[in-house]
Amino acid sequence: MTENIAVHHHDPDQEAYTKNVFGFWVYLMTDCVLFGVLFATYAVLHNNTFGGPSGKDIFDPLFVLKETLILLTSSFTCGLAMIAAYRSEKKKVIGWFCVTFLLGLSFVVLEVTEFAGLVREGNGPQRSAFLSSYFTLVATHGMHISMGLLWMAVFMAQVFRKGITLVTARRLTCLSMFWHFLDVVWIFIFTLVYLMGVY
Amino acid sequence: MFGNLTFNALKHDTLQNAAGYSMIFGGLLIAALITYHKKWIYLWKEWITSLDPKRIGVMYIVVALVMLIKGVSDAILMRAQQSIAISDAASFLTSDHYQQIFTAHGTTMIFFVGMAVVFGMMNLVIPLQIGARDVAYPFLNSVGFWLFAAAGVLLLVSLVVGNFNATGWLGYPPLSGIEYNPGEGVDYWIWILQIAGVGSLISGINFIVTILRMRCPGMTLMKMPLFTWCALGTLVLIIFAFPILTATLALLSLDRYLGMHFFTASFGGNAMMYVNLIWAWGHPEVYILVLPAFGIFSEVVATFSEKRLFGYASMVWAIIAITILSFIVWLHHFFTMGAEPNVNVFFGIMTMLIAIPTGVKIFNWLFTMYRGRIHFTTPMLWFLGFIATFSIGGMTGVLMSIPPADFQIHNSLFLVAHFHSVIIGGVLFGFFAGYAYWFPKIVGFKLNERLGRYAFWCWLVGFLLAFLPLYILGLMGATRRLDHYDASTGWQPLFIIAAVGVVLVTCGIGFQILQLIVSIKERKQNMDTTGDPWNGRTLEWSTTSPPPFYNFAIIPEVRDHDPFWTMKQEKKSQVAKPHYEPIHMPKSSPIGFFVGLFSLFFGFAITWQMMEISIVCVIGVIVSLVIRISENETDYYVPVLEVEAIEKS
Amino acid sequence: MDLPKDALHGTFTDYLVGFILSLLLTLAAYFTTTEHLFSKKMVFLTIIGLALAQAIVQFICFFHLSKESKPRWNLLIFLSMIFVIAIIIGGSLWIMYNLDDRTM
Repeated sequence: MTENIAVHHHDPDQEAYTKNVFGFWVYLMTDCVLFGVLFATYAVLHNNTFGGPSGKDIFDPLFVLKETLILLTSSFTCGLAMIAAYRSEKKKVIGWFCVTFLLGLSFVVLEVTEFAGLVREGNGPQRSAFLSSYFTLVATHGMHISMGLLWMAVFMAQVFRKGITLVTARRLTCLSMFWHFLDVVWIFIFTLVYLMGVY
Repeated sequence: MFGNLTFNALKHDTLQNAAGYSMIFGGLLIAALITYHKKWIYLWKEWITSLDPKRIGVMYIVVALVMLIKGVSDAILMRAQQSIAISDAASFLTSDHYQQIFTAHGTTMIFFVGMAVVFGMMNLVIPLQIGARDVAYPFLNSVGFWLFAAAGVLLLVSLVVGNFNATGWLGYPPLSGIEYNPGEGVDYWIWILQIAGVGSLISGINFIVTILRMRCPGMTLMKMPLFTWCALGTLVLIIFAFPILTATLALLSLDRYLGMHFFTASFGGNAMMYVNLIWAWGHPEVYILVLPAFGIFSEVVATFSEKRLFGYASMVWAIIAITILSFIVWLHHFFTMGAEPNVNVFFGIMTMLIAIPTGVKIFNWLFTMYRGRIHFTTPMLWFLGFIATFSIGGMTGVLMSIPPADFQIHNSLFLVAHFHSVIIGGVLFGFFAGYAYWFPKIVGFKLNERLGRYAFWCWLVGFLLAFLPLYILGLMGATRRLDHYDASTGWQPLFIIAAVGVVLVTCGIGFQILQLIVSIKERKQNMDTTGDPWNGRTLEWSTTSPPPFYNFAIIPEVRDHDPFWTMKQEKKSQVAKPHYEPIHMPKSSPIGFFVGLFSLFFGFAITWQMMEISIVCVIGVIVSLVIRISENETDYYVPVLEVEAIEKS
Repeated sequence: MDLPKDALHGTFTDYLVGFILSLLLTLAAYFTTTEHLFSKKMVFLTIIGLALAQAIVQFICFFHLSKESKPRWNLLIFLSMIFVIAIIIGGSLWIMYNLDDRTM
């Protein structure tokens, strides 16, 4: 197994960029395993409705499609923000991330609305193993999104104050990787939970 | 605001009180000593806020040794109880207390001795072996350590405030669910594991990036020392297995706190899913513990046989095979849970397969010794002890991997003897070998050999006396976790022999403590002046003992395995005046410590359902990290003049 | 600001293509399900295939995984993760359905 060793840049900021982005990727892989466990749990427990509702009874495909398209678009706008970042266009970065933030926020609001409705009907996560695993899987994703939104707000403030440097660009790269990752996870929630549940 | 916490939590029986008081007394004594010697500021500046992996590694080892004493104390209590408990009246421990003891014993040993030793050794050895100055993320290294330490302190607090978990170290529901264990015990255990688990994951990511991206020029993967290779396997296991633990414990917490139904007995829950998930983590975990020990032995055997390690490439492939296979054997921990024969057979065969690469490694070590010039130093003795004890453990493991056999001995003392054989013989003996081997490098002087030998023999004979009877007892039908049994079983004599074994092990520990004290007193006679006390082969021996804080003034370039051995053979003459450049180093930071502190209070608060305090602590952690991210100057350059001065002395 | 030479980044085309393809794959999965285009088993296989396709599209277009230069650590760790979750999910399903059959 031969390969090139990382060439020793003498610029610590450049080294830090490559190292940190790679380390963040490794962290995302561990987060995938975490979601994997939640998916496995859902897969095992999703038929255990204990007399309560099943997916067919509670999922609204059109509503979920809306959520999906919003999140997908936000992943796209996040990409546009990063293109601006690598061109050091500070205003565009903040602009596109604001759009991404609003789309992400809409997504969370829609999801919370869905959950609140279910709980009101008495179909909260305590109703059955199916609902426990459904709520947990989807809410974990939602909490990741919320963390991402918080992160976006903090970093927009940083970019506003410090502009686009190699350090801020590196942090934005990690944030964008996080955001894209959440959209990929959502693809599987959309497919395996909602579409398969509603059939 | 105080949740469920009342003064009742401080009420315990006599024995628990004694344990709690002696621990508090010990802590106060240490605090008093530090105050007397006016070392608080020194400790804060040089250790608590340090981002130097050599310092962090030592702190991990210190925690491991303290926790080892706690774990062995639990073992002594259990052996004492089992050697006399032929009826309820003969017991000196209540059932309740006994259950807490074996739960604490397992939790302490696996998480706070085993994992501590793994991360301690990685911190101390990997950067030096790969020719690097630090790990990839020095600040996160500190955070990882202090999270781990916080969890350890929480475990000790549980000794005094309230009761610890009593459901066994893996906490199976429904017993660990809210219905059967509504108290603080399970919650202590959940949060201890969660906090330590996050620390492990962070450190795992840190070291993987370190090994993959910070090797010195010329050190391709296939030229890395074997300890680093074993560490790489371990790290892959850590990053993919620990998220499973985090998720599973979170699901259990949701059942307990929010009334959900993942593992409950009704409402559609499935407790068997917990067993499945926890062992999907648990099996990789035991390989996480033992792989670094294999790495340590590779270094020790090669050095003390004065020979290059036999079969480098096959060793690497063995590590990769073990890493991959670790993920596909976990069902062997619950053969008896009810799956059909086909399922059991698949996992049984996979389990047997792991014996093959392990065997390859053992034979390679033996072939390394063959025709070598063997030095029977303490590390080498530990290796030989490992060969004896670990092999027994490994073979009994393969025996149990046959499902029909396992149906007879699952959860018996045969199982207990098996895993202690591999953990003590493998993990612990490996650590002791590494401890003796690298001690001079890190501290600057050698450990007393004679006392090391006495410790070894006490441990080896003690271990055999303590655990060989357990194999027999298991085959006779004794199950694990028994706090008393009937005299008519005829088991008592074997339990008594086992108790004698534990006494001997304790003598071994006594010798190790004595060894440390004597070595410190005699350090001036045993200084390691060359940096290479064992005629070593790898890069860490090319530095002084201890190394300068930046490890290498000039990053080495290597061409071969055992690069330091090559350097010595070629007798490289020193360049007249090496050209130094300013060295980029991280500044110390207290933030890691504060993250740990807030996590400790969070763990305690949430265990006792003190919700407001818990939220404040979470905010504390977030604020600490935001402060760190906003800091502008986290690094500095060591000026050339300072480097020159250090290198000259 | 100078990005390191091996830093992965995308062009506008990458993101646009990724977005449009993902959109189409999402809508395809949605309509396959709501219109019951095939039998249940076929629908399930189809939408899983569409999901995997969309994930791959996003890994190439949004994560730029195909642009990584050697050594391809990101890809290797990614594939290792896939291996692990395939085993956990597949293994858990096999084990738990088996246990369910025999004990519940």
